[in-house]
Amino acid sequence: MVGIVIVSHSETLARGVVELASMMAADAPLAAAGGLEDGSLGTSFERIRDAVGRVYSDDGVLVLMDMGSAVMTAEMVLESMPDRKLAMADCPLVEGAVIAATSSSGGCTMEEIQSQLAEDAFAHKL
Amino acid sequence: MADSQKVLEIIRAMGERIEREKDYLTELDQPIGDSDHGINMARGFAAVEQKLPSPEADIGAILKSVGMTLVSTVGGASGPLYGTAFMKAGMACAGKQELDVAGFLDAMDAAVAGVQTRGHAAVGEATMIDAMVPAQQAMRAAASGGLSAHEVLAAGAAAARAGAEHTKELVATKGRASYVGERGIGHQDPGATSFTDLLETVAAAF
Repeated sequence: MVGIVIVSHSETLARGVVELASMMAADAPLAAAGGLEDGSLGTSFERIRDAVGRVYSDDGVLVLMDMGSAVMTAEMVLESMPDRKLAMADCPLVEGAVIAATSSSGGCTMEEIQSQLAEDAFAHKL
Repeated sequence: MADSQKVLEIIRAMGERIEREKDYLTELDQPIGDSDHGINMARGFAAVEQKLPSPEADIGAILKSVGMTLVSTVGGASGPLYGTAFMKAGMACAGKQELDVAGFLDAMDAAVAGVQTRGHAAVGEATMIDAMVPAQQAMRAAASGGLSAHEVLAAGAAAARAGAEHTKELVATKGRASYVGERGIGHQDPGATSFTDLLETVAAAF
């Protein structure tokens, strides 16, 4: 299954998104990478790298981020692992996480999940 | 111009300067960002000081190490941005034990290009690029006029300071400050200011 890493400035937000996505897809490999080492707000290169390691398989890992430095730091983690199958998803964090988790658990490939995110993650709510 | 020992001294001096400017940088970040630029930069440079390589390391390895530490420890957007700047500068100086003005300017070009690629920012968007690009151009012009390292760096630092002050008149379209839109006018960009502090520290060493 494709691993999914949730990157946020907030440790609790990242964990909460993982919690919500796991509720929809209990067996999907999800990892939270939120906040700095001391728990304060920010994005940590090490936390993202370790989260990728925890859910990595040959199926690859898709990284979802909140914004700003989360995007740039995730980008640097991906650049530091050129031999691995990794990608960043450009989508809303919560909606994207739920879609990615259910699709991963349903056996979709990384490419299939990415095209699904492009189609469904931006759906209007009202 | 500089050997590894001198580069290490300058990096330590950068840490001291950032520590002194910490409260001011955070104050600049307060109305337009999330009030953490000074705190983040000071945390990053304190870690840099702890992890500096020995003077036997070549200049490329020293700058790369600084960049990697900043990425890991700064926490805000300036982590990946300054981290990329130092890492790209390090790649441009790979294996060098001695840096001349031309080598320094090449490293600066690599750093500026790295920040532009990472942050997708151009001149005029009220970011650190508005200090970096004028400094880069002023130093290139001074160097082509045959000026000394001291004069080249002084020209760069003055252009960076002017560029940072000019960000007060700009509306930010990148980074956290873009959320406040036109309300950001009148405020100087913290990243442009910290870049100026760092370049002034380099200039003061010559």
